[in-house]
Amino acid sequence: MTDTIADPIYKTDALIAEDIDQYLKVHEHKTMLRFITCGSVDDGKSTLIGRLLYDSKMIFEDQLEALQADSKKVGTQGQEIDFALLVDGLAAEREQGITIDVAYRFFATEKRKFIVADTPGHEQYTRNMVTGASTADLAVILIDARKGVLTQTRRHSYLAHLIGIRNIVLAINKMDLVDYDQAVYDGILKDYSEFARSIGITAFTPIPISGFKGDNITGPSANTPWYKGPALIAHLETVEVNSATDADKPFRMPVQWVNRPNLDFRGFSGLIATGSVKPGDAVRVLPSGKTSSVTRIVTLDGDLEEAVAGQSVTLCFADEVDCSRGDVIALADNPPQAADQFEATIVWMADEAMLPGRPYWLKLGTQTVSATVQQPKYQVNVNTMEHLAAKTLDLNAIGVANLSTDRQIVFEPYADNRTLGGFILVDKITNATVAAGMLNFSLRRAQNVHWQATDVSRDSHANLKNQKPAVLWLTGLSGAGKSTIANLVEKKLVRMNRHTFLLDGDNVRHGLNKDLGFTDADRVENIRRVGEVAKLMTDAGLIVITAFISPFRSERDMVRQMMQPGEFIEVHIDTPLADAEARDVKGLYKKARAGDLKNFTGIDSPYEAPEDPEIHIDTTALTAEEAADLIIARLIP
Amino acid sequence: MAIDKQTLTHLQRLESEAIHILREVVAEAEKPVMLYSVGKDSAVMLHLARKAFYPSPPPFPLLHVDTTWKFQEMYKLRDRMAQESGMELLVYQNPEAQERGINPFDHGALHTDMWKTEGLKQALNLYGFDAAFGGARRDEEKSRAKERIFSFRTASHGWDPKNQRPELWNLYNARKNKGESIRVFPISNWTELDIWQYIHLNDVPIVPLYFADHRPTVERDGMLLMVDDDRFPLRDGETPVMRSIRFRTLGCYPLTGAVESTAKTLPEVIQETLLTTTSERQGRAIDKDAGGAGMEKKKQEGYF
Repeated sequence: MTDTIADPIYKTDALIAEDIDQYLKVHEHKTMLRFITCGSVDDGKSTLIGRLLYDSKMIFEDQLEALQADSKKVGTQGQEIDFALLVDGLAAEREQGITIDVAYRFFATEKRKFIVADTPGHEQYTRNMVTGASTADLAVILIDARKGVLTQTRRHSYLAHLIGIRNIVLAINKMDLVDYDQAVYDGILKDYSEFARSIGITAFTPIPISGFKGDNITGPSANTPWYKGPALIAHLETVEVNSATDADKPFRMPVQWVNRPNLDFRGFSGLIATGSVKPGDAVRVLPSGKTSSVTRIVTLDGDLEEAVAGQSVTLCFADEVDCSRGDVIALADNPPQAADQFEATIVWMADEAMLPGRPYWLKLGTQTVSATVQQPKYQVNVNTMEHLAAKTLDLNAIGVANLSTDRQIVFEPYADNRTLGGFILVDKITNATVAAGMLNFSLRRAQNVHWQATDVSRDSHANLKNQKPAVLWLTGLSGAGKSTIANLVEKKLVRMNRHTFLLDGDNVRHGLNKDLGFTDADRVENIRRVGEVAKLMTDAGLIVITAFISPFRSERDMVRQMMQPGEFIEVHIDTPLADAEARDVKGLYKKARAGDLKNFTGIDSPYEAPEDPEIHIDTTALTAEEAADLIIARLIP
Repeated sequence: MAIDKQTLTHLQRLESEAIHILREVVAEAEKPVMLYSVGKDSAVMLHLARKAFYPSPPPFPLLHVDTTWKFQEMYKLRDRMAQESGMELLVYQNPEAQERGINPFDHGALHTDMWKTEGLKQALNLYGFDAAFGGARRDEEKSRAKERIFSFRTASHGWDPKNQRPELWNLYNARKNKGESIRVFPISNWTELDIWQYIHLNDVPIVPLYFADHRPTVERDGMLLMVDDDRFPLRDGETPVMRSIRFRTLGCYPLTGAVESTAKTLPEVIQETLLTTTSERQGRAIDKDAGGAGMEKKKQEGYF
């Protein structure tokens, strides 16, 4: 197969050999384009990438030899070179002959350096494609000329468009197998144009190619005289990159790090997201809104006169304004907004489904906050673009939902600014990245609902009762004795003239939470509401005792975060499952075992025991009375 | 220096990306460290760190996991660069490998495993570093092409290639539980040519062995080895011959093959690199074990 590969067109060898200094000068001024290739192995994606690498001499002889040996051993192309093996780097991928993860490849031409994110095409790897697309300036969508526009073509186009890629190349491949027939090309073009318009893609560049034969890859092909557009490489070399577009927008730089080597120097380091900055420019620090002006743009190679989007710099200000990591430095008279409630498009990336109401870490730019996502408004069928009703989002699902953050974040809609509009969600327990999202807009109610200041403070409420408010949060399996112990604790506290209130799981579900069931999502919402109520009661100065299974660590931590430091006291009522099940006061375990009761904690729904509770009650060692006394002794020493 | 936005070059973008990564780690990790191997990639990474935090010195130490078998010139440059950058230099040598006299001549793969893989794990555990910068690049090797920039490691330093965290935009997730750590590769997206070009444009100091000179060599098992010190056991009939050679990569001197060359300046080195027909790791024995997945396997076991 090597002899069917056309001569490398990047005829730089002569220049390299004759005038290396001149070559280096040319190379020094190259720009960079990042793009993704979408399509499955059958579309000839790997062959195309292999060709781009080979033609630009990114495959060395020793690698080619290894490739030839591998092709014979595990290749799918008979005795010919299987370029897929070059791109599929993981052992599992080579064994199964599929692309699982994004691979990054590099090649260069006379004008540009290219980074190709080779992304898998199957629906189950949607998250990997989105990952690869997030850093791309351009997407090459491959179509097999024999097959035309397929479901996966639509899915790839939708995802590329969703992630904001404005430059789309429709590479109609394997033209050699349809005899370079213009009618085939025109037919596919017509189909695709209709579809593209329907999802809001306004412009794309169609190119008839053959990755295998090399037609219209590096130069115009004699086989397609009817095609007047650019060859693939020529197009990739000239298309505008994102950073150039970003430079025309208003100045924004998220602060990564404050540089303070000594008392005389204070600089703010970050990567400029959009716009440009010069010494003397008036800037505003957000969310505080304080203004100052830039005095210096400091680098190791000397101060700069100007810096633009895509550059990492350190800025010094004329005034001592408060500014730290997470703040955004912006053009003074055109700053971005801050808000705490948004509509967002979310791509779920974890095996464990999204739990509406569960707090996740949200990272956007250099800001990290706690955020909860509401039940999705809808989920998108990525093959048909239909909107479907959804209660949650599973792995690879894409949906639109409202989300709220625990404090205001500086943002811009993703369509205007990728840096200030794109975010990830991180699980608070496993620390896994579980979702990627794009902020569409902030919700008006966040701007219009303000905190009403009240004159009687929470301290006055507590002082009047002559006590320190607290939440005794009893957690444990059903039948562990939570309600019994909680009841005893309250009785004893009341005898000590303490003002208390007992929130009991069963009772709350008769009123406040009667609309909730026992799915994971409903359990999260159950605890969130109870947490909010308990918080109001501590504000009123009460000692709140709660008795809820509250099986998930994340939600107990969420309630802990709501309270004043030290006021949340987690009490683990620890009973072995066998003991609780043996007691089975309410007969629930029996029902659950019989399959009559779904999502029962300990049986078919997990209980995540506290890792470090303030109080640990071992019910096999203590009676309920002793347990209650122990809790009170810890509360009121 | 005015910048035309149209000409933000690929090297400027790569530099900015690397600086951004370095700063994110310093902002989010508790105890970062830079693994410093004294090679050209390490040299560029160190230079980027100095740029990222200027006028402060980089706020983390350099860690050299030493095998005691590096070239003498490497030790010299290492000590000089630590001094120039104002950074603390930690040198770690696996005491067990030391005691058992593990060496590349007698122990083959065990040498790399004990001095480097084990040594690195021991050093990271000893100091409790939770983030370690490494100079690996995606264009070096197939499994590296798939690795994240922030590469998560279990408490036992294992890498699970099938369960990597998605990495979107330039948002890096540095969160981890106690005992877990991340390896961070700020120059992931650089190619060998980018490295050379950057060294050229920024006058980054590198080990002189990258440039051709007359050095004592012997030819063995198809490799040209340099007799760097008197620990080199000459076989019967072997006599060191002076040849004009240089190195494309630097590691333990008994494991690193030289190429015959007359390239004495950076442009000449780059010229040679561009016109060569073999990849840079070809001179290294480590990638060829265990079939096509040699590096992936090593990385799962904790190799950098």
